[in-house]
Amino acid sequence: MFEFLINPAQLADVLSTALRLSIPLIFAAMGGLLCERAGVFNIALEGQILFGAFGAAVGAYYFGSPYAGLLVAIGFGMLSGLLLAILGISLRVNQIVVGIAIILFATGFTSFMSRLLFPGGGNSLTLDGFGPINIPILSDIPIVGKVLFAQNGLVYGALLLVLAINFLLFRTRAGMSIRAVGETPSAADAAGIHVFRTRYACVITGSAMAALGGAYLVLTQVLLFSDKMSAGKGFIALAAIVLGRWQPKLAFMACLLFGFFDAVQLRLQFNNPEIPFQVFAALPYLVSILALVGLMGRANPPSSIGRPYDREMR
Amino acid sequence: MTNAPDRLALEGIVKRFGAFRANDDVNLKIADQSIHAILGENGAGKSTLMNVIYGLYTPDAGRILSRGKEVTIGDPREAMALGIGMVHQHFKQVNTMSVVENVVLGLPGRQILDLDEDRRRIETMAAELGSEIDPDQLMSTLPIGTQQRVEILKMLYREADLLILDEPTSVLTPNEIESFFKLLSRLRESGRTILLITHKLDEVMDLSDRVTVMRQGRVEAELETSATTPKELARVMVGRDVVFDVPHTPPKVGAPVLELDRISAVDDRGVSALDELSLSVREGEILGIVGIDGNGQRELAETVAGLRNLTSGKITVSGRDAEGYDPAERKHKLGVGYVPEDRQKVGLDLDSDVSLNMVLRGFRERPFAIRGWMDYARIRSHAEDLAKRYDVRMQGVSQIARDLSGGNQQKIILAREIEDNPRVLVVSQPTKGLDVGAIEFVQRTLLSQRDRGDAILYISSELEELLLVADRLAVIFKGRIVGELPASEATSEKLGLLMTGKEVA
Repeated sequence: MFEFLINPAQLADVLSTALRLSIPLIFAAMGGLLCERAGVFNIALEGQILFGAFGAAVGAYYFGSPYAGLLVAIGFGMLSGLLLAILGISLRVNQIVVGIAIILFATGFTSFMSRLLFPGGGNSLTLDGFGPINIPILSDIPIVGKVLFAQNGLVYGALLLVLAINFLLFRTRAGMSIRAVGETPSAADAAGIHVFRTRYACVITGSAMAALGGAYLVLTQVLLFSDKMSAGKGFIALAAIVLGRWQPKLAFMACLLFGFFDAVQLRLQFNNPEIPFQVFAALPYLVSILALVGLMGRANPPSSIGRPYDREMR
Repeated sequence: MTNAPDRLALEGIVKRFGAFRANDDVNLKIADQSIHAILGENGAGKSTLMNVIYGLYTPDAGRILSRGKEVTIGDPREAMALGIGMVHQHFKQVNTMSVVENVVLGLPGRQILDLDEDRRRIETMAAELGSEIDPDQLMSTLPIGTQQRVEILKMLYREADLLILDEPTSVLTPNEIESFFKLLSRLRESGRTILLITHKLDEVMDLSDRVTVMRQGRVEAELETSATTPKELARVMVGRDVVFDVPHTPPKVGAPVLELDRISAVDDRGVSALDELSLSVREGEILGIVGIDGNGQRELAETVAGLRNLTSGKITVSGRDAEGYDPAERKHKLGVGYVPEDRQKVGLDLDSDVSLNMVLRGFRERPFAIRGWMDYARIRSHAEDLAKRYDVRMQGVSQIARDLSGGNQQKIILAREIEDNPRVLVVSQPTKGLDVGAIEFVQRTLLSQRDRGDAILYISSELEELLLVADRLAVIFKGRIVGELPASEATSEKLGLLMTGKEVA
C-alpha cells in the first residue's frame, strides 16, 4: 500500500504535493501565531482563508491580474482582522465567540457574494493565476529540485514568511514588545509599550497572512472560487500553532507534517479506489489529533492569550 | 533645600471607582532627594494614589506638579519622561524573558536587537547597587529579592530619579530586607528621591525623612519622621489606639495531637520538598515554623491539610492515621482546620458572597444542606452570626468576597476554620499583607484558640510575629526540621543561623 514512498518519481510527486498542500496552512499558521504571540486568540483563521480566497477571485476577475487578486485578498484579510481587533481587543468580547462569528460570516458572505459577482458562480471561473518559477540549476536536482525549486512565487513567499516571523519575534525590538504584550501586558504597559496598538497591528497583519493562504488556493491551485473552499485548513493551522509550541519554525514543521499526511492520503485514495475515500480523507485530521495528544507535553502558550487588557482593572 | 521646588507635589487629587472614593482630596509634597513614606492600612488608597502619579489611573480632579511645573500624566510613558519610575508590589515583569530583555523592554533603539552593550551596562549598574545579576538569566528563575532589584534597575536604566516603591518589603525575607534598606539609602545618597508605600511602621521609622499617613482615601497627617513615634503613627493610621503586645500567657500543654513521622513530599515540579520531616504539636500550644520561604513550608501545610500526597511517612491526628482522608474529611472527621497561605486562591471563592464562603467547607452537610438541598436561610444567619463575632466589616453577607479588604477576607477564613472547634489548626502566613489592626485581631484569635486546647501549627516568614505568638519554634531548612527551641529562648540571631542551615553551637 505504501510502496509509492520508495518509488523516486512517486515520492517526488508526493513530497511536492505535500509542500503544495501545506502552503495555506503555513500562511494561516504564521498569521495566527503572530496574533497569539500578541495575546489575541485568532480562531477566525478558517474564515480569513475563505475571505482571502474570495478576495483573490474578485481581484483577479475584475482587474484581470493575479496581483490585483493578491491585493484584494490582503484587503479582505485586514478588514476581518480589524473586526476581530475592535470586538476582541477594544470591546472585550470573548475572542473565541468573535472568531466563530467571523467564520460563520465569511462562509455566508462569500457564498452569497460569489453568486452575485461572478456570472455562473465562482465554480465556473477560469482566472489568471501564478505559474511556477523554475530556479535555474537548482530545479534540476533530482527529487528535491522539483519539490523545492520549481514552485510558484507564493510558495517561496510562505517560506520566507516563516523566516521573517521568526526574525521579527526573536531578533527585533518590535518582536520583543509583541512577546511581552502577549505574555504580561501590564508589564509591557508599565514599560511604555502601547499594548492596544501592538495587538491591533499584529491581528491585522496576521489576518492578512491567513488571507494569503486563501489567495494561494485560488491563484495557484484551482483558479476558481468555490463555497467553503477553506475546508478546515484554518483549524489545522490552529493545531499546527499549538503543536509548534508557538515557535514559527516548529509550527512550520507541523504544517509540513499535516501537508505530508494530506498528500499521502490523496495518493492512497488514488492507488486504492476500492476503499471508500473518506477513510483516507480523515487521515490528516486523525494525525493532528494524535500529534496534539502525543506531543503536547508542556506547551506553554503566551500567558495572556485571549484575555483583553484593561489597565484600570482592579 | 527649602527654596528648591518639591520633586513632586499633588494638590486635591480625587479618584473614584464608581461611587467609591479611593482618593479624596489628597495633598502631598515630596522634597527632592528624600525618602518619603506613605503609610496606611490596606484599602487606604495608597496604591491608587501611586497609580495616579504613574499615569496608570486618570484622576477625576486635582493637579500634579513636577519640580514646580504643572503636568498631566496620561500613561506610564509620560511618567517616565518626567523621571518617575515605579516598582509595583506585584512586579511588572515578563517571567518568560531574560533580565536584559526585561530591562530594555519598551526602550527606543535600533530595531534589530543587539543587547551586548545593555548587558554590560546592567552588570555595571548592578555592581554599583551592590549586587550581582546575570543579564541572561530567565526572570522566573531568579529569587524574589533579585527580581525586585531588576525592577529597580529597570527604572534607573530609564534614568528615573523619583522611585515609587509599593510595599517593597512584603515579598522579602528578613535578610533580604536588611540589604534592601542599605540599597535605598545608597539611592538617596546618589541623588534620587524615593516614595515608599508601606503599612509597616518600623520601615517608616527606620528609613524615611517624612511620612504621610492616609486613611480611607484621605491624608490624615504629614509628619517629620524624627518628630513622631510608632505609637502616634499607628493611632493616626488606624484611627484608634493599637496595642502592640498581645498578652501571651504560658500555655497549658497537653498530649501530642498532631504528629508527623518522617514525612516526605514533592513540590509542584516534582522536586523533593519535605525530606523525612518529623514534628509533633501538643494540645494547647502554638508551634511556630520558622524558615526562609521555599524550604518546604507550603508543602508542609498542604500535606497536613490533605491537599498534597505524602511520598513516605505518616501523619497522625489524635492518634488516627490521616492517610486516605481528603481535605474535607480531615476537617470534619479529624478536626483539622486550615488557613492557607494564598487566601484569595485557596482560602476563598472570591466571586461568591460572604455567606457562602463562610460554609465553603461544609455546605454539603447538615445543618446547611439536607438531602442535597441547601438551606440558604440557615447559611445566611450562620454567616451573619460569624461576621458579627469575628468583626468582619462588610456591607452584608451577600457582598462578594473579592470586594472585601485582605483583613476582612482573612477573618472570614478564620471564622470558618475555627468555628467548629478543630483539634488541629494549620495556619500559613496568616498576617501577610494585613495592617496592624487586622494582625492584632488574627493573633488574639489564634491565642484564644490555643487556650481552648487547639494544637496550632503556625507557619510564617515574619520572625517577630512568631517570637510574639508561638510557644515553641521549629526551624525548617530544605524540607527538614533543623532545630527546635522554646520561644522564650529564641533570638533573631540564633534563628537566623538555623534558617540558613548553619549549626548552632
